[in-house]
Amino acid sequence: MVLGAIVAVEIEDLLSSVIAVGAVGLALSMGFLILKAPDLAIVQLVVEILCIIILIRATIKKDLSIIKNGRWFFNTFSTLLFIFCFLVFAYFALKELPSFGEPIMRVAKEYIRQGLSKTGATNIVSSIILDFRGYDTLGEATVLFTAVIGVLAIMRKVGRINEK
Amino acid sequence: MIEYILCLALFCIGLYCVLRKRNIIKIVIGLGIIEYAINLLFVLTSYRMNSRAPVLDKGVVITNMVDPLPHALVLTNIVIGLAVTALIVAIAIRLYEKYGTFDITKIRKLRG
Repeated sequence: MVLGAIVAVEIEDLLSSVIAVGAVGLALSMGFLILKAPDLAIVQLVVEILCIIILIRATIKKDLSIIKNGRWFFNTFSTLLFIFCFLVFAYFALKELPSFGEPIMRVAKEYIRQGLSKTGATNIVSSIILDFRGYDTLGEATVLFTAVIGVLAIMRKVGRINEK
Repeated sequence: MIEYILCLALFCIGLYCVLRKRNIIKIVIGLGIIEYAINLLFVLTSYRMNSRAPVLDKGVVITNMVDPLPHALVLTNIVIGLAVTALIVAIAIRLYEKYGTFDITKIRKLRG
């Protein structure tokens, strides 16, 4: 996955880059499957395909000139500085994380114990997102519809009076 | 621990892509990579050794199960990520129609 990401970032042709990031997403889906999260794997697969379609729609049929990177030294230096700052913070955060394979299940224990009797859903994930945390899902739907309205407002063709 | 380090490396690649590249599509791709890294981190923290997926079954006593709460959060996050990507790409297409380029240094003129 990391290799695919590097390829996606560094390749010159935009269409190949989009396809490489699609490979990264599919690898992530497989990773979810290995990490025992089948719901996430399915959703990631569908979302990845939609993402690829959107990105290809953006990149295709454009005369793509290769963009040169000006001021190579300054840009790289500042970027590496930011990444170094991030790594310093991440080092302190990594010490606080639970070790791999032993999650903290303080809240989830209650959900697992009472999920079937309270909601009647055998899938604990769906019982959480639809019952215990229904407001989350409401907010998610709100964000989705806001994004759809935004895309329609940006992409519309009619109603531009001041256009030449 | 090595899993967290690899996830961190993925995040750093995305961050580098966002900060360094000058092509709008590359920046969108970098944001997508960062989003993948964050989702992967959440799922990694919820994994438990020798466990089952969080789906109950009839007649089976559940002894150990992966943490289902981060799965629910990540499920929300994936869908929101799709919406955000669609919005950014729409803005990028509009910019391309207006300026004829994806280079962010050439998009300077602020005309309405």
